[in-house]
Amino acid sequence: MTLVSLFFMFFKIGLFTFGGGYAMLPLISEEITRRGLLSAEELTNFVAVSESTPGPFAVNIATYVGLHTAGLAGSVCATLGVVLPSFIVILAVAHIYEKFRRSRVVAGIMSGLRPAVVGLLAAAAVGIAKTVFFQSGFVLSAALAASALIFALILYLSLKKVHPIKLIILSAGLGMAVMYTLSALGCA
Amino acid sequence: MNIRLDLFITFFKIGAFTFGGGYAMVPLIQEEAAARKGWISESDMPDILAISESTPGPIAINCATFVGYKAAGVTGSICATLGVVLPSFLIIALLGALLDRYRDLTPVKYAFFGIRAGVLALIVRALISMYKKCPKQRLSDVLNCKGAALFLAALPYALMCTAFALVMFAHLSSIAVLALCAGIGLLTYLYSLGRTEK
Repeated sequence: MTLVSLFFMFFKIGLFTFGGGYAMLPLISEEITRRGLLSAEELTNFVAVSESTPGPFAVNIATYVGLHTAGLAGSVCATLGVVLPSFIVILAVAHIYEKFRRSRVVAGIMSGLRPAVVGLLAAAAVGIAKTVFFQSGFVLSAALAASALIFALILYLSLKKVHPIKLIILSAGLGMAVMYTLSALGCA
Repeated sequence: MNIRLDLFITFFKIGAFTFGGGYAMVPLIQEEAAARKGWISESDMPDILAISESTPGPIAINCATFVGYKAAGVTGSICATLGVVLPSFLIIALLGALLDRYRDLTPVKYAFFGIRAGVLALIVRALISMYKKCPKQRLSDVLNCKGAALFLAALPYALMCTAFALVMFAHLSSIAVLALCAGIGLLTYLYSLGRTEK
């Protein structure tokens, strides 16, 4: 993958994602896994890294994928690519922001985009659930049950508003405890 | 201090201390850019958020560009945006190299086995809160509507399901789905305005 195509891939991702945080995930996972830049499993791993480090997810994933595929120059190109669309659009809008804010066209488009983003994220979550619950290389039954339990516990705690970083540390600990136990028992 | 340097440093700090990005930054921007530096007024904040949400790209970048522009024009926006991006960039460039080197070690593999299940939970959590924040009527109220009102009230739910199904089963690209839903949203919004104005 050349630096130019890395730049344009992330430019496209930056241009077509609305809303914060995980709104970017569907498009990113589509572009990145389709081109084989990261596996679905590597992408899920990276979401955890991104949650535990400062800054927007989009910038983190762009830097990482760029680095992974084309070294430091790649990470610069990918990051610039993901940032530029926001930058250009905001500069354009900043002049006319009173008008933009009251625009019926913008309100109408957003009324369609908001629900769409929810549907897209749900589809991305299903994709990630497949890689979490059906990982190759592990004995299915025991590891599957362990994954399901960790998932349920972390979801419960996150709905109780426990901080994401604590939850990632906890799930890392649980993962190690489970997998060392399973391998000691000879079933992993 | 030079205002451009000040913008860069302030947004570098904001970028370095917001984990999870996006909305986590809003209170910090409010405190630093509005209360302490006076680059924007407190009452600008809701507008800035609304615009950041309805323009493409991460909210953090959008806010930084906007505040930078308000404070010192185009060069100000460049300084603020660079500032907010740089901490993530540096940390990930460092961590990414470490991750690629050590990911095949057994303890790391085992830890990520648990982490992936945890991340899925965080994504489901984000999905739930995005669903809640999406403007719509309650499902029980929707079922009481009739005719055109029923169509308008049911639309957000219909768009969610359509977007999900088109990507999941018809394997359409996200961009095509977004464009389609934006078009439907625009048409029905203008139609509903026409109805209320009549």
